[in-house]
Amino acid sequence: MPSTITPPDIDRPRRPDFIEGDNGSGRKPPTDKRTGGNGDNDGDGWSNRPQGKRGPRERLLRARTGLFFALFGDLMFFIALVSVFFVTKASGHFDAYNRYINEWLPTAIPSILWLNTAVLLLSSVSAEVARRAMFHEIDVMDEWFGFGRPTSKRAGIWLWVTLLLGAMFLAGQWVAWGQLSTHHAFLRANPSSHFFYIITISHAVHLFLGIAALIAALVTLKHSRVMATRQVLVDGTVWYWHAMGVLWIFLFALLEYGQ
Amino acid sequence: MKMQPTRAKPEHSRITHHRTVGFGYLAISLSAVAAGTVLSLAMRLHLAWPGWSLPLHGPILPEEYLALVTMHGTLMLFFVLTVAPQNGFGNLILPAQIGASRMAFPRLNLLSMAVTAVALFVLFSAFIVPGGAPISGWTAYPPLSTSSLAGPGQGWGMDAWLASIALFSIGSTLAAVNTLTTIVKLRCDGMTWERLPLTVWSWFTAALLSVIAFSVLLAALLLLFCDRHLGTAFFLPHTEWMNGVLRQHGGDGSPLLWLHLFWFFGHPEVYIAILPGMGLTSMVIANFARRRVFAYRLMIATTLLIGLLGIVVWGHHMFVAGLNPFAGSAFALSSMAIAIPATAEVLSWLAMVWRSRPQLTTAMVFALGFVSLFVAGGLTGPILAQPVLDEYLHNTFFVVGHFHLIMAMAGVFGLFCATYYWFPLMFGRALSERIGKVHFWGTIVFAYSTFLPMHFTGLAGEPRHYAQLTGIPGPTGTLLAATMPLQRHITVSALCLGLAQLPFLLNLLLSVLRPVRTTKNLWNATTMEWAPKTDKLPAAYRGPCHYSQDGNEFAPQWEEPSSTADGGA
Repeated sequence: MPSTITPPDIDRPRRPDFIEGDNGSGRKPPTDKRTGGNGDNDGDGWSNRPQGKRGPRERLLRARTGLFFALFGDLMFFIALVSVFFVTKASGHFDAYNRYINEWLPTAIPSILWLNTAVLLLSSVSAEVARRAMFHEIDVMDEWFGFGRPTSKRAGIWLWVTLLLGAMFLAGQWVAWGQLSTHHAFLRANPSSHFFYIITISHAVHLFLGIAALIAALVTLKHSRVMATRQVLVDGTVWYWHAMGVLWIFLFALLEYGQ
Repeated sequence: MKMQPTRAKPEHSRITHHRTVGFGYLAISLSAVAAGTVLSLAMRLHLAWPGWSLPLHGPILPEEYLALVTMHGTLMLFFVLTVAPQNGFGNLILPAQIGASRMAFPRLNLLSMAVTAVALFVLFSAFIVPGGAPISGWTAYPPLSTSSLAGPGQGWGMDAWLASIALFSIGSTLAAVNTLTTIVKLRCDGMTWERLPLTVWSWFTAALLSVIAFSVLLAALLLLFCDRHLGTAFFLPHTEWMNGVLRQHGGDGSPLLWLHLFWFFGHPEVYIAILPGMGLTSMVIANFARRRVFAYRLMIATTLLIGLLGIVVWGHHMFVAGLNPFAGSAFALSSMAIAIPATAEVLSWLAMVWRSRPQLTTAMVFALGFVSLFVAGGLTGPILAQPVLDEYLHNTFFVVGHFHLIMAMAGVFGLFCATYYWFPLMFGRALSERIGKVHFWGTIVFAYSTFLPMHFTGLAGEPRHYAQLTGIPGPTGTLLAATMPLQRHITVSALCLGLAQLPFLLNLLLSVLRPVRTTKNLWNATTMEWAPKTDKLPAAYRGPCHYSQDGNEFAPQWEEPSSTADGGA
């Protein structure tokens, strides 16, 4: 490259490279020097490798980033629904006698939803226990040494618990829909019931996806040989599950107190 | 012992390879653009000569004309201008441009392409279902989109449309998640955010907009489906009279609510369509003018700012729809504010070519054509952003002329620019420059000749969405009859614009029959996608667009600085 080209600022090093001992500045050596790690100091640490070759953690972070963006899109979906909720609640019309009519009648929320919420919160706890089990260092090392697969064993149990609690939540939602329909509060009954059904059903569809992910994670725990694959799948499933739990708390609060 | 990692073997099969997926997206766009063009020509012929009868079909009925409008808009907006620049070229070029060997989620990538393909099939199926294609426009305004009473295509055809666009939303969101994750996580060593080419920045911004906008559209589609089939009334007033039938609904929905939701999606959507072209124009102009991009960081900022402002201007589509006038003022301000970053981009493009003796390759002239169309179409933007002016112009051909110049034609010029510029990377052979020039001149002349006069017929009062403008009694008829000569001119120009694409097809054909093989860095480009294949892992050592004073020497992003004297690091 000819020297006629003046490099812009981004090409110049921001801070002088660390030189062992004195860096010529007369000051103390910078403290952010690499202190080895990754076992020995032979320069073969993962953090010295180029981007994309730094071990399974990159895979995990990639999956989490993707999940984050997807959940962000999902959040926008529910934000749209909730916006429509408030607009519809505030809308009315004038009848033939010039009276302002607002047809919104709050839908009575079946009390079983409180129970369902508790169950969903519990399921998030068990999911988190499963997720942490996948990263429990001693168990991971045990597997690395060949002493069975303690991580998958423990995480599998907790994922089953989560699956069971998740199914209980969905069954509870089913009961709630049944209770409402015995009172003839169907989807089309009233603007507020439109929203009760659309919001709860949309959320239930998301939980069905979560249950599918749990089943996929359980199958993978059983059959995959690669620790990273199992960790990524369990981690992603559990974060998704948490997101749906938080979303439900918000949606439930909206339905219970926002009508 | 220091390990020198080498380029790994491909970690994915050929079918999930991003090139396969990219070509798949381009194939979707090609079939959509072919169909969409034929539909638009039929529309133009019908407008200019209402008595004209379509071969094998007969005269075009009013409802058929509306179906043509709807399907043309849907195909072009969704399946051409959203799919090809963002996902087609995004897959083919993006990974190489950031030094990655793959997209972040190859299987998800294939899935989103397949979903988009199914969406296209479902949309095409609207032509053959009972009642034919929907007639409520690509915006599907209720109440006419909520009931089959509204017209022949509003039954099965509208349901097919809903299903197609819902699938498309899902596919686009998944693709955008993939693009975002790829850009955030898979950049090679040294590819810092400020070294990213502006194309990558624009793909990034457009993907962010996709994630935000398509989710909202999906929610709106869900609610519209409920209104159609499940007896809800989100978008329907309490009582309405439709084609002689009195309909009563529980609740007090409002069509305006659909407009809010739709345009919250719809306006970002047009930026999704145009941003990749803007980024590419910056890079192509810089490359052939042999200049660095002026105010690179500012260009990144304006790209993001255009995306951000694009989310808050949706109300300017609703000035005449019964929007609160105070809201109209707010939306007018935000809409005019978007002219500021857009002008900054144009100034940077002009500064790059100004007295630079640019190398006028076909890709370069298409980029310059993009600038021209962007300016010509953009100048009417601030006019339409005024609620008072928009009140008169909104339902006229003025708006049609405006968005066809700035979005449709500029978007297509961006696509042609990308095709001529990256063709060697896509197929290992170059397109003929001479035929390319013929293609360019024919296209730009007839593009202006088609869409510029629409502003005048619009000012003269020609309404849009009307199937027939002749044979109307009274002053209206006199007014519209005055626009007929110009309308015939537009139709002839549109036909010529179609014919002007023949050189392009010839060029493609020649590249198959008499290939000029090329694999090297044909345009002396500085961005990573042109890096020669080596065993080393890719790494970026500088930002794009480093050229010497005379332009003969250049420092590509992948080249290691030869010595510290260069000042490189």
